[in-house]
Amino acid sequence: MTAFFQSLGLSYEWAWTVATFAGILIVSLLVMFSVAMVIYVDRKVLGAIMMRRGPNVVGPFGLLQSFADGLKVFLQETIIPSAANKGIFLIAPIITFTVALAAWAVIPFDAGVVISDINVGLLYILAISSMGVYGVVMSGWASNSKYPFFSAMRASAQMISYEVSIGFVLVCVVLFAGTFNLSGIVNAQQGFGLGLINAYAVHPLLFPMWVVFFISALAETARAPFDLTEAESELVAGYQTEYSSMSFALFWLGEYANILLMCSLNTLLFWGGWLPPLDIPVLYMVPGIIWFLLKTFMFFFMFSWIWATVPRYRYDQLMRLGWKVFLPMSLLFVAVTSGYLMATGHFG
Amino acid sequence: MIQAIAFYFFATIVVASAVMVVMAKNPVHSVLWLILAFFNAAGLMVLLGAEFIAMLLVIVYVGAVAVLFLFVVMMLDIDFAAMRAGLSRNAPLGLLIAAVLLAELLLAVGAYNAGGLTLGTPDGVTAQPEGTSNIAALGELLYGRYIVLFEIAGIILLVAMIGAIVLTFQPPKPGARARQDVGKQIRRRPEDATVMKSPEVGQGVEL
Repeated sequence: MTAFFQSLGLSYEWAWTVATFAGILIVSLLVMFSVAMVIYVDRKVLGAIMMRRGPNVVGPFGLLQSFADGLKVFLQETIIPSAANKGIFLIAPIITFTVALAAWAVIPFDAGVVISDINVGLLYILAISSMGVYGVVMSGWASNSKYPFFSAMRASAQMISYEVSIGFVLVCVVLFAGTFNLSGIVNAQQGFGLGLINAYAVHPLLFPMWVVFFISALAETARAPFDLTEAESELVAGYQTEYSSMSFALFWLGEYANILLMCSLNTLLFWGGWLPPLDIPVLYMVPGIIWFLLKTFMFFFMFSWIWATVPRYRYDQLMRLGWKVFLPMSLLFVAVTSGYLMATGHFG
Repeated sequence: MIQAIAFYFFATIVVASAVMVVMAKNPVHSVLWLILAFFNAAGLMVLLGAEFIAMLLVIVYVGAVAVLFLFVVMMLDIDFAAMRAGLSRNAPLGLLIAAVLLAELLLAVGAYNAGGLTLGTPDGVTAQPEGTSNIAALGELLYGRYIVLFEIAGIILLVAMIGAIVLTFQPPKPGARARQDVGKQIRRRPEDATVMKSPEVGQGVEL
Protein backbone atom coordinates (compact mmCIF):
# COMPACT_ATOMS: atom_id res chain seq x y z
CA MET A 1 0.00 0.00 0.00
CA THR A 2 2.98 2.30 0.64
CA ALA A 3 3.95 1.92 -3.02
CA PHE A 4 0.44 2.96 -4.08
CA PHE A 5 0.58 6.20 -2.10
CA GLN A 6 4.11 6.83 -3.36
CA SER A 7 2.78 6.59 -6.90
CA LEU A 8 0.40 9.44 -6.01
CA GLY A 9 3.47 11.66 -5.59
CA LEU A 10 4.01 11.46 -1.82
CA SER A 11 7.48 11.04 -0.34
CA TYR A 12 8.27 7.64 1.22
CA GLU A 13 7.75 8.78 4.82
CA TRP A 14 4.40 10.40 4.10
CA ALA A 15 3.28 7.48 1.94
CA TRP A 16 4.18 5.08 4.76
CA THR A 17 2.31 7.16 7.33
CA VAL A 18 -0.80 7.49 5.17
CA ALA A 19 -0.70 3.80 4.22
CA THR A 20 -0.36 2.67 7.83
CA PHE A 21 -3.19 4.88 9.03
CA ALA A 22 -5.36 3.72 6.14
CA GLY A 23 -4.52 0.11 6.99
CA ILE A 24 -5.40 0.61 10.66
CA LEU A 25 -8.69 2.27 9.68
CA ILE A 26 -9.62 -0.49 7.23
CA VAL A 27 -8.73 -3.31 9.61
CA SER A 28 -10.51 -1.82 12.62
CA LEU A 29 -13.62 -1.00 10.57
CA LEU A 30 -13.67 -4.53 9.17
CA VAL A 31 -13.15 -6.03 12.62
CA MET A 32 -15.97 -3.91 14.04
CA PHE A 33 -18.25 -4.87 11.17
CA SER A 34 -17.40 -8.57 11.64
CA VAL A 35 -18.03 -8.21 15.36
CA ALA A 36 -21.50 -6.82 14.65
CA MET A 37 -22.26 -9.63 12.23
CA VAL A 38 -20.74 -12.26 14.49
CA ILE A 39 -22.96 -11.19 17.39
CA TYR A 40 -25.92 -11.69 15.06
CA VAL A 41 -24.58 -15.12 13.99
CA ASP A 42 -24.03 -16.05 17.61
CA ARG A 43 -27.64 -15.26 18.47
CA LYS A 44 -28.96 -17.01 15.37
CA VAL A 45 -26.94 -20.18 16.07
CA LEU A 46 -28.09 -20.18 19.69
CA GLY A 47 -31.64 -19.69 18.49
CA ALA A 48 -31.39 -22.53 16.00
CA ILE A 49 -29.95 -24.93 18.58
CA MET A 50 -32.59 -23.96 21.14
CA MET A 51 -35.32 -24.32 18.46
CA ARG A 52 -36.36 -20.69 18.41
CA ARG A 53 -35.97 -18.05 15.75
CA GLY A 54 -33.35 -15.70 17.16
CA PRO A 55 -33.30 -12.05 16.01
CA ASN A 56 -35.56 -11.70 12.96
CA VAL A 57 -37.27 -8.31 13.19
CA VAL A 58 -34.77 -5.57 12.28
CA GLY A 59 -33.89 -5.73 8.59
CA PRO A 60 -34.08 -8.81 6.35
CA PHE A 61 -33.70 -11.95 8.54
CA GLY A 62 -32.84 -9.61 11.41
CA LEU A 63 -29.47 -8.83 9.81
CA LEU A 64 -29.45 -5.26 11.13
CA GLN A 65 -30.15 -6.26 14.73
CA SER A 66 -26.60 -5.57 15.97
CA PHE A 67 -26.55 -2.14 14.35
CA ALA A 68 -29.88 -1.29 15.92
CA ASP A 69 -28.53 -2.38 19.30
CA GLY A 70 -25.42 -0.29 18.71
CA LEU A 71 -27.48 2.78 17.91
CA LYS A 72 -29.63 2.17 20.98
CA VAL A 73 -26.71 2.02 23.45
CA PHE A 74 -25.17 5.04 21.78
CA LEU A 75 -28.21 7.11 22.62
CA GLN A 76 -28.47 5.94 26.21
CA GLU A 77 -27.18 7.76 29.23
CA THR A 78 -23.97 6.56 30.89
CA ILE A 79 -24.73 5.99 34.55
CA ILE A 80 -21.80 6.14 36.93
CA PRO A 81 -22.49 4.74 40.42
CA SER A 82 -21.89 7.39 43.07
CA ALA A 83 -19.54 5.13 45.04
CA ALA A 84 -17.49 4.21 41.97
CA ASN A 85 -13.92 5.31 41.42
CA LYS A 86 -14.85 7.51 38.49
CA GLY A 87 -11.64 7.73 36.46
CA ILE A 88 -10.83 4.02 36.56
CA PHE A 89 -14.48 3.12 36.07
CA LEU A 90 -14.46 4.98 32.75
CA ILE A 91 -10.97 3.93 31.62
CA ALA A 92 -11.63 0.19 32.10
CA PRO A 93 -13.94 -0.37 29.10
CA ILE A 94 -11.65 1.78 26.96
CA ILE A 95 -8.71 -0.46 27.86
CA THR A 96 -10.64 -3.63 27.03
CA PHE A 97 -11.69 -2.24 23.68
CA THR A 98 -8.32 -0.75 22.70
CA VAL A 99 -6.40 -3.87 23.63
CA ALA A 100 -8.83 -6.05 21.70
CA LEU A 101 -8.29 -3.94 18.57
CA ALA A 102 -4.53 -3.48 19.02
CA ALA A 103 -3.86 -7.21 18.71
CA TRP A 104 -5.17 -7.20 15.13
CA ALA A 105 -2.11 -5.20 14.03
CA VAL A 106 -0.07 -8.34 13.41
CA ILE A 107 -2.76 -10.67 12.03
CA PRO A 108 -2.06 -11.48 8.37
CA PHE A 109 -5.33 -11.78 6.42
CA ASP A 110 -3.58 -12.90 3.25
CA ALA A 111 0.00 -13.19 2.01
CA GLY A 112 1.42 -9.74 2.81
CA VAL A 113 -1.93 -8.25 3.90
CA VAL A 114 -0.96 -7.21 7.41
CA ILE A 115 -0.53 -3.84 9.10
CA SER A 116 2.77 -4.68 10.77
CA ASP A 117 4.72 -7.77 9.77
CA ILE A 118 6.99 -7.84 12.82
CA ASN A 119 9.44 -10.54 13.86
CA VAL A 120 7.88 -11.09 17.26
CA GLY A 121 4.26 -11.16 16.07
CA LEU A 122 3.20 -14.08 18.21
CA LEU A 123 4.85 -12.60 21.33
CA TYR A 124 3.12 -9.30 20.58
CA ILE A 125 -0.23 -11.07 20.58
CA LEU A 126 0.61 -12.81 23.87
CA ALA A 127 1.67 -9.47 25.37
CA ILE A 128 -1.43 -7.64 24.21
CA SER A 129 -3.84 -10.37 25.26
CA SER A 130 -2.23 -10.46 28.70
CA MET A 131 -3.15 -6.77 28.96
CA GLY A 132 -6.79 -7.64 28.42
CA VAL A 133 -7.21 -8.73 32.02
CA TYR A 134 -6.73 -5.14 33.25
CA GLY A 135 -9.96 -3.94 31.74
CA VAL A 136 -11.83 -6.59 33.70
CA VAL A 137 -9.92 -6.18 36.96
CA MET A 138 -10.13 -2.38 36.90
CA SER A 139 -13.84 -2.37 36.14
CA GLY A 140 -14.49 -4.88 38.91
CA TRP A 141 -12.58 -2.86 41.47
CA ALA A 142 -13.76 0.57 40.37
CA SER A 143 -17.44 -0.43 40.42
CA ASN A 144 -17.20 -0.65 44.22
CA SER A 145 -19.77 -3.40 44.30
CA LYS A 146 -19.34 -6.96 45.46
CA TYR A 147 -20.40 -8.97 42.42
CA PRO A 148 -18.16 -7.12 39.95
CA PHE A 149 -15.33 -7.52 42.44
CA PHE A 150 -15.80 -11.30 42.70
CA SER A 151 -15.91 -11.42 38.93
CA ALA A 152 -12.66 -9.46 38.65
CA MET A 153 -10.95 -11.86 41.05
CA ARG A 154 -12.13 -14.83 39.05
CA ALA A 155 -11.18 -13.27 35.73
CA SER A 156 -7.63 -12.44 36.74
CA ALA A 157 -6.99 -15.93 38.13
CA GLN A 158 -8.59 -17.59 35.12
CA MET A 159 -6.76 -15.58 32.48
CA ILE A 160 -3.35 -16.01 34.10
CA SER A 161 -3.89 -19.77 34.49
CA TYR A 162 -4.79 -20.37 30.87
CA GLU A 163 -2.22 -17.99 29.45
CA VAL A 164 0.45 -20.32 30.81
CA SER A 165 -0.75 -23.33 28.83
CA ILE A 166 -1.40 -21.18 25.75
CA GLY A 167 2.21 -20.03 25.99
CA PHE A 168 3.51 -23.61 25.98
CA VAL A 169 1.25 -24.57 23.06
CA LEU A 170 2.62 -21.62 21.11
CA VAL A 171 6.16 -22.79 21.90
CA CYS A 172 5.37 -26.12 20.20
CA VAL A 173 4.13 -24.34 17.09
CA VAL A 174 7.12 -22.01 17.05
CA LEU A 175 9.47 -25.00 17.35
CA PHE A 176 7.94 -26.47 14.20
CA ALA A 177 7.84 -23.18 12.29
CA GLY A 178 11.18 -21.80 13.48
CA THR A 179 9.82 -18.25 13.65
CA PHE A 180 7.64 -15.96 15.77
CA ASN A 181 6.42 -14.17 12.66
CA LEU A 182 2.80 -15.10 11.94
CA SER A 183 3.20 -14.97 8.14
CA GLY A 184 6.26 -17.20 8.52
CA ILE A 185 4.28 -19.68 10.60
CA VAL A 186 1.54 -19.83 7.95
CA ASN A 187 4.05 -20.25 5.12
CA ALA A 188 5.75 -23.09 7.02
CA GLN A 189 2.45 -24.97 6.97
CA GLN A 190 2.27 -25.21 3.18
CA GLY A 191 2.16 -28.91 2.27
CA PHE A 192 3.00 -29.84 5.87
CA GLY A 193 0.78 -32.95 6.04
CA LEU A 194 2.23 -35.52 3.60
CA GLY A 195 2.95 -32.73 1.13
CA LEU A 196 -0.78 -32.31 0.62
CA ILE A 197 -2.51 -30.75 3.63
CA ASN A 198 -1.79 -27.13 4.58
CA ALA A 199 -2.24 -27.45 8.34
CA TYR A 200 -0.14 -28.05 11.42
CA ALA A 201 -3.02 -29.70 13.26
CA VAL A 202 -2.70 -32.94 11.26
CA HIS A 203 0.59 -33.77 12.97
CA PRO A 204 0.11 -36.27 15.82
CA LEU A 205 2.23 -34.08 18.10
CA LEU A 206 0.38 -30.88 17.25
CA PHE A 207 -3.21 -32.11 17.13
CA PRO A 208 -3.46 -32.54 20.94
CA MET A 209 -1.86 -29.12 21.27
CA TRP A 210 -4.53 -27.66 19.02
CA VAL A 211 -7.23 -29.18 21.25
CA VAL A 212 -5.53 -27.66 24.31
CA PHE A 213 -5.25 -24.33 22.51
CA PHE A 214 -8.89 -24.36 21.46
CA ILE A 215 -10.13 -25.07 24.99
CA SER A 216 -7.72 -22.54 26.49
CA ALA A 217 -8.95 -19.99 23.98
CA LEU A 218 -12.48 -20.57 25.25
CA ALA A 219 -11.25 -20.00 28.80
CA GLU A 220 -9.09 -17.01 27.87
CA THR A 221 -12.00 -15.21 26.24
CA ALA A 222 -14.34 -16.28 29.08
CA ARG A 223 -16.73 -18.02 26.72
CA ALA A 224 -19.06 -20.77 27.85
CA PRO A 225 -18.40 -23.27 29.43
CA PHE A 226 -15.79 -21.09 31.16
CA ASP A 227 -17.82 -17.88 31.44
CA LEU A 228 -17.44 -17.80 35.21
CA THR A 229 -16.55 -14.13 35.15
CA GLU A 230 -20.08 -13.27 34.13
CA ALA A 231 -21.91 -16.27 35.49
CA GLU A 232 -25.39 -14.76 35.59
CA SER A 233 -26.72 -17.28 38.08
CA GLU A 234 -24.12 -16.27 40.66
CA LEU A 235 -22.75 -12.84 39.82
CA VAL A 236 -25.62 -10.94 38.10
CA ALA A 237 -23.54 -9.91 35.06
CA GLY A 238 -20.07 -10.07 36.58
CA TYR A 239 -17.78 -7.10 36.04
CA GLN A 240 -20.28 -5.48 33.65
CA THR A 241 -23.00 -5.23 36.27
CA GLU A 242 -22.62 -1.50 36.96
CA TYR A 243 -22.03 -0.47 33.37
CA SER A 244 -24.55 1.06 31.05
CA SER A 245 -24.85 2.42 27.52
CA MET A 246 -21.64 2.95 25.56
CA SER A 247 -19.27 1.84 28.32
CA PHE A 248 -21.14 -1.48 28.41
CA ALA A 249 -21.08 -1.71 24.63
CA LEU A 250 -17.30 -1.21 24.58
CA PHE A 251 -16.91 -4.26 26.83
CA TRP A 252 -19.22 -6.22 24.58
CA LEU A 253 -17.40 -5.23 21.38
CA GLY A 254 -13.98 -5.84 22.92
CA GLU A 255 -15.03 -9.28 24.10
CA TYR A 256 -16.24 -10.33 20.68
CA ALA A 257 -13.17 -8.83 18.98
CA ASN A 258 -11.08 -10.99 21.33
CA ILE A 259 -13.12 -14.07 20.44
CA LEU A 260 -12.60 -13.39 16.75
CA LEU A 261 -8.89 -12.90 17.42
CA MET A 262 -8.67 -16.29 19.11
CA CYS A 263 -10.55 -17.89 16.19
CA SER A 264 -8.14 -16.33 13.70
CA LEU A 265 -5.17 -17.49 15.81
CA ASN A 266 -6.57 -21.02 15.63
CA THR A 267 -6.67 -20.59 11.87
CA LEU A 268 -3.22 -19.07 11.54
CA LEU A 269 -1.32 -21.35 13.89
CA PHE A 270 -2.91 -24.72 13.22
CA TRP A 271 -5.05 -24.68 10.09
CA GLY A 272 -2.92 -22.94 7.49
CA GLY A 273 -4.21 -19.35 7.68
CA TRP A 274 -4.93 -17.99 4.22
CA LEU A 275 -3.68 -21.16 2.49
CA PRO A 276 -6.37 -23.47 1.08
CA PRO A 277 -6.91 -26.70 3.05
CA LEU A 278 -5.17 -28.84 0.43
CA ASP A 279 -1.99 -27.98 -1.45
CA ILE A 280 -3.62 -28.31 -4.90
CA PRO A 281 -3.02 -25.57 -7.48
CA VAL A 282 -6.70 -25.21 -8.44
CA LEU A 283 -7.62 -24.26 -4.85
CA TYR A 284 -5.18 -21.34 -4.94
CA MET A 285 -7.49 -19.64 -7.44
CA VAL A 286 -9.75 -18.70 -4.53
CA PRO A 287 -8.31 -15.57 -2.88
CA GLY A 288 -6.48 -16.27 0.37
CA ILE A 289 -8.61 -13.90 2.42
CA ILE A 290 -11.70 -16.01 1.59
CA TRP A 291 -10.02 -19.11 3.02
CA PHE A 292 -8.90 -17.15 6.06
CA LEU A 293 -12.39 -15.81 6.75
CA LEU A 294 -14.03 -19.18 6.10
CA LYS A 295 -11.78 -20.93 8.58
CA THR A 296 -12.09 -18.16 11.17
CA PHE A 297 -15.87 -18.12 11.03
CA MET A 298 -15.96 -21.91 11.18
CA PHE A 299 -14.12 -21.68 14.49
CA PHE A 300 -16.52 -18.98 15.62
CA PHE A 301 -19.39 -21.32 14.80
CA MET A 302 -17.72 -23.94 16.97
CA PHE A 303 -17.49 -21.40 19.79
CA SER A 304 -21.21 -20.67 19.71
CA TRP A 305 -22.03 -24.35 19.22
CA ILE A 306 -20.14 -25.12 22.42
CA TRP A 307 -21.91 -22.27 24.20
CA ALA A 308 -25.28 -23.79 23.36
CA THR A 309 -24.25 -27.34 24.23
CA VAL A 310 -22.16 -27.54 27.40
CA PRO A 311 -23.11 -26.48 30.93
CA ARG A 312 -20.86 -24.11 32.85
CA TYR A 313 -17.82 -25.41 34.71
CA ARG A 314 -17.47 -25.09 38.44
CA TYR A 315 -14.66 -22.76 39.48
CA ASP A 316 -12.48 -25.47 41.07
CA GLN A 317 -12.91 -27.64 37.99
CA LEU A 318 -11.74 -24.76 35.84
CA MET A 319 -8.61 -24.26 37.92
CA ARG A 320 -7.95 -28.00 38.00
CA LEU A 321 -8.20 -28.24 34.21
CA GLY A 322 -5.83 -25.33 33.72
CA TRP A 323 -3.15 -26.18 36.25
CA LYS A 324 -3.34 -29.94 36.69
CA VAL A 325 -4.25 -31.11 33.18
CA PHE A 326 -3.27 -28.58 30.53
CA LEU A 327 -0.09 -27.22 32.11
CA PRO A 328 1.67 -30.59 32.65
CA MET A 329 0.39 -31.88 29.33
CA SER A 330 1.60 -28.91 27.29
CA LEU A 331 4.91 -28.89 29.17
CA LEU A 332 5.37 -32.57 28.32
CA PHE A 333 4.54 -31.86 24.69
CA VAL A 334 7.13 -29.05 24.53
CA ALA A 335 9.78 -31.54 25.67
CA VAL A 336 8.54 -34.33 23.37
CA THR A 337 8.21 -31.98 20.38
CA SER A 338 11.69 -30.54 20.74
CA GLY A 339 13.11 -34.06 21.23
CA TYR A 340 11.27 -35.27 18.14
CA LEU A 341 12.44 -32.33 16.06
CA MET A 342 16.04 -32.82 17.18
CA ALA A 343 15.87 -36.55 16.40
CA THR A 344 14.44 -36.01 12.91
CA GLY A 345 17.02 -33.33 12.12
CA HIS A 346 14.42 -30.56 11.72
CA PHE A 347 16.86 -27.89 12.88
CA GLY A 348 19.54 -29.03 10.44
CA MET B 1 13.17 12.97 14.31
CA ILE B 2 10.30 10.57 14.90
CA GLN B 3 12.62 8.48 17.10
CA ALA B 4 13.44 11.51 19.22
CA ILE B 5 9.76 12.40 19.59
CA ALA B 6 8.89 8.80 20.49
CA PHE B 7 11.78 8.58 22.94
CA TYR B 8 10.84 11.75 24.80
CA PHE B 9 7.19 10.72 24.76
CA PHE B 10 7.87 7.31 26.32
CA ALA B 11 10.53 8.63 28.68
CA THR B 12 8.31 11.44 29.95
CA ILE B 13 5.47 9.03 30.63
CA VAL B 14 7.79 6.56 32.38
CA VAL B 15 9.17 9.24 34.69
CA ALA B 16 5.80 10.88 35.28
CA SER B 17 4.04 7.63 36.09
CA ALA B 18 6.94 6.54 38.31
CA VAL B 19 6.45 9.76 40.25
CA MET B 20 2.73 9.08 40.42
CA VAL B 21 3.41 5.58 41.83
CA VAL B 22 4.87 7.29 44.88
CA MET B 23 2.50 10.25 45.01
CA ALA B 24 -0.83 8.49 44.46
CA LYS B 25 -2.97 8.38 47.57
CA ASN B 26 -4.75 5.17 46.71
CA PRO B 27 -2.45 2.10 46.54
CA VAL B 28 -4.50 0.61 43.69
CA HIS B 29 -3.83 3.76 41.69
CA SER B 30 -0.14 3.36 42.51
CA VAL B 31 -0.13 -0.13 41.00
CA LEU B 32 -1.93 1.11 37.90
CA TRP B 33 0.64 3.90 37.46
CA LEU B 34 3.36 1.27 37.89
CA ILE B 35 1.79 -0.76 35.07
CA LEU B 36 1.80 2.33 32.84
CA ALA B 37 5.48 2.81 33.65
CA PHE B 38 6.27 -0.82 32.73
CA PHE B 39 4.36 -0.51 29.50
CA ASN B 40 6.15 2.64 28.42
CA ALA B 41 9.51 1.15 29.41
CA ALA B 42 8.67 -1.59 26.91
CA GLY B 43 8.16 1.17 24.35
CA LEU B 44 11.68 2.43 25.09
CA MET B 45 13.01 -1.11 24.55
CA VAL B 46 11.34 -1.22 21.13
CA LEU B 47 13.09 2.05 20.25
CA LEU B 48 16.40 0.43 21.21
CA GLY B 49 15.71 -2.36 18.72
CA ALA B 50 15.28 -4.93 21.48
CA GLU B 51 11.75 -5.97 20.52
CA PHE B 52 12.09 -9.40 22.12
CA ILE B 53 12.96 -7.91 25.51
CA ALA B 54 10.13 -5.41 25.11
CA MET B 55 7.56 -8.15 24.52
CA LEU B 56 8.93 -10.20 27.43
CA LEU B 57 8.72 -7.13 29.65
CA VAL B 58 5.04 -6.73 28.80
CA ILE B 59 4.23 -10.45 29.07
CA VAL B 60 6.07 -11.08 32.34
CA TYR B 61 5.80 -7.79 34.22
CA VAL B 62 2.58 -6.28 32.92
CA GLY B 63 0.78 -9.55 32.22
CA ALA B 64 1.72 -11.60 35.26
CA VAL B 65 3.66 -9.82 38.02
CA ALA B 66 1.62 -6.62 38.05
CA VAL B 67 -1.64 -8.57 37.95
CA LEU B 68 -0.57 -10.31 41.15
CA PHE B 69 0.39 -6.95 42.68
CA LEU B 70 -2.98 -5.54 41.78
CA PHE B 71 -4.68 -8.67 43.06
CA VAL B 72 -3.01 -8.40 46.47
CA VAL B 73 -3.36 -4.63 46.81
CA MET B 74 -7.04 -4.74 45.88
CA MET B 75 -7.73 -7.35 48.54
CA LEU B 76 -5.90 -5.54 51.32
CA ASP B 77 -7.89 -3.37 53.64
CA ILE B 78 -5.60 -0.38 53.93
CA ASP B 79 -6.06 2.52 56.28
CA PHE B 80 -4.80 5.47 54.25
CA ALA B 81 -4.54 7.83 57.20
CA ALA B 82 -2.40 5.39 59.19
CA MET B 83 -0.22 4.84 56.16
CA ARG B 84 0.58 8.50 55.71
CA ALA B 85 1.10 9.09 59.41
CA GLY B 86 4.55 7.49 59.33
CA LEU B 87 5.78 9.87 56.64
CA SER B 88 7.75 12.26 58.86
CA ARG B 89 9.18 9.40 60.91
CA ASN B 90 10.40 7.49 57.85
CA ALA B 91 11.55 10.53 55.90
CA PRO B 92 15.26 10.30 56.93
CA LEU B 93 15.41 6.63 55.85
CA GLY B 94 13.72 7.51 52.54
CA LEU B 95 16.15 10.36 51.93
CA LEU B 96 19.07 8.02 52.67
CA ILE B 97 17.86 5.47 50.15
CA ALA B 98 17.27 8.24 47.60
CA ALA B 99 20.83 9.52 48.15
CA VAL B 100 22.28 6.02 47.66
CA LEU B 101 20.25 5.56 44.46
CA LEU B 102 21.39 8.95 43.15
CA ALA B 103 25.02 8.10 43.89
CA GLU B 104 24.64 4.78 42.08
CA LEU B 105 23.05 6.48 39.09
CA LEU B 106 25.87 9.02 38.89
CA LEU B 107 28.41 6.21 39.20
CA ALA B 108 26.70 4.28 36.40
CA VAL B 109 26.60 7.30 34.10
CA GLY B 110 30.26 8.04 34.89
CA ALA B 111 31.26 4.44 34.17
CA TYR B 112 29.26 4.48 30.96
CA ASN B 113 30.98 7.65 29.79
CA ALA B 114 34.38 6.13 30.60
CA GLY B 115 33.85 3.63 27.79
CA GLY B 116 32.41 0.16 27.26
CA LEU B 117 33.41 -2.84 29.34
CA THR B 118 35.12 -5.62 27.41
CA LEU B 119 33.85 -9.05 28.32
CA GLY B 120 34.31 -12.65 27.23
CA THR B 121 36.42 -13.19 24.17
CA PRO B 122 39.93 -11.68 24.09
CA ASP B 123 38.97 -9.44 21.16
CA GLY B 124 36.25 -7.71 23.13
CA VAL B 125 32.48 -7.53 22.83
CA THR B 126 30.98 -9.14 19.77
CA ALA B 127 28.45 -6.91 18.06
CA GLN B 128 25.12 -8.29 16.91
CA PRO B 129 25.80 -10.05 13.60
CA GLU B 130 24.11 -8.40 10.65
CA GLY B 131 20.99 -10.09 9.33
CA THR B 132 20.11 -12.12 12.40
CA SER B 133 17.01 -11.26 14.38
CA ASN B 134 17.05 -10.17 17.97
CA ILE B 135 15.69 -13.51 19.18
CA ALA B 136 18.26 -15.55 17.25
CA ALA B 137 21.11 -13.42 18.57
CA LEU B 138 19.87 -13.73 22.16
CA GLY B 139 19.42 -17.47 21.72
CA GLU B 140 22.95 -17.87 20.38
CA LEU B 141 24.33 -16.13 23.45
CA LEU B 142 22.08 -17.71 26.08
CA TYR B 143 22.34 -21.26 24.79
CA GLY B 144 25.92 -20.92 23.60
CA ARG B 145 28.32 -18.86 25.62
CA TYR B 146 26.21 -18.46 28.75
CA ILE B 147 24.64 -21.93 28.78
CA VAL B 148 26.00 -22.83 32.24
CA LEU B 149 24.86 -19.58 33.85
CA PHE B 150 21.52 -19.88 32.13
CA GLU B 151 20.94 -23.41 33.41
CA ILE B 152 22.07 -22.45 36.93
CA ALA B 153 19.52 -19.64 36.89
CA GLY B 154 16.88 -22.15 35.79
CA ILE B 155 17.79 -24.57 38.59
CA ILE B 156 17.65 -21.77 41.17
CA LEU B 157 14.17 -20.81 39.98
CA LEU B 158 13.09 -24.47 40.13
CA VAL B 159 14.39 -24.79 43.68
CA ALA B 160 12.61 -21.57 44.66
CA MET B 161 9.38 -22.87 43.15
CA ILE B 162 9.61 -26.21 44.93
CA GLY B 163 10.49 -24.36 48.15
CA ALA B 164 7.38 -22.19 47.86
CA ILE B 165 5.23 -25.26 47.29
CA VAL B 166 6.78 -27.13 50.24
CA LEU B 167 6.33 -24.12 52.53
CA THR B 168 2.65 -23.72 51.73
CA PHE B 169 1.75 -27.40 51.44
CA GLN B 170 -0.33 -28.66 54.33
CA PRO B 171 -0.89 -32.40 54.51
CA PRO B 172 -4.57 -33.18 54.96
CA LYS B 173 -5.45 -33.66 58.62
CA PRO B 174 -6.96 -37.04 59.40
CA GLY B 175 -10.64 -36.68 60.04
CA ALA B 176 -10.82 -33.33 58.29
CA ARG B 177 -13.32 -32.63 55.52
CA ALA B 178 -13.22 -35.29 52.83
CA ARG B 179 -11.04 -34.52 49.85
CA GLN B 180 -12.55 -34.32 46.40
CA ASP B 181 -12.04 -37.25 44.09
CA VAL B 182 -12.64 -35.80 40.64
CA GLY B 183 -12.80 -39.19 38.96
CA LYS B 184 -15.51 -40.26 41.39
CA GLN B 185 -17.46 -37.05 40.71
CA ILE B 186 -17.32 -37.60 36.98
CA ARG B 187 -18.26 -41.28 37.19
CA ARG B 188 -21.42 -40.41 39.13
CA ARG B 189 -24.60 -41.11 37.14
CA PRO B 190 -28.20 -40.02 37.75
CA GLU B 191 -29.05 -43.57 38.97
CA ASP B 192 -26.54 -43.23 41.84
CA ALA B 193 -28.14 -40.08 43.16
CA THR B 194 -31.86 -40.38 42.52
CA VAL B 195 -34.53 -42.90 43.43
CA MET B 196 -37.86 -43.20 41.69
CA LYS B 197 -40.79 -43.47 44.09
CA SER B 198 -44.48 -43.48 43.35
CA PRO B 199 -46.27 -43.15 46.69
CA GLU B 200 -50.00 -43.72 47.13
CA VAL B 201 -52.22 -40.69 47.65
CA GLY B 202 -52.01 -39.50 51.23
CA GLN B 203 -48.81 -41.38 51.99
CA GLY B 204 -45.48 -39.69 52.65
CA VAL B 205 -42.12 -40.66 51.26
CA GLU B 206 -39.45 -42.06 53.53
CA LEU B 207 -35.86 -41.65 52.41
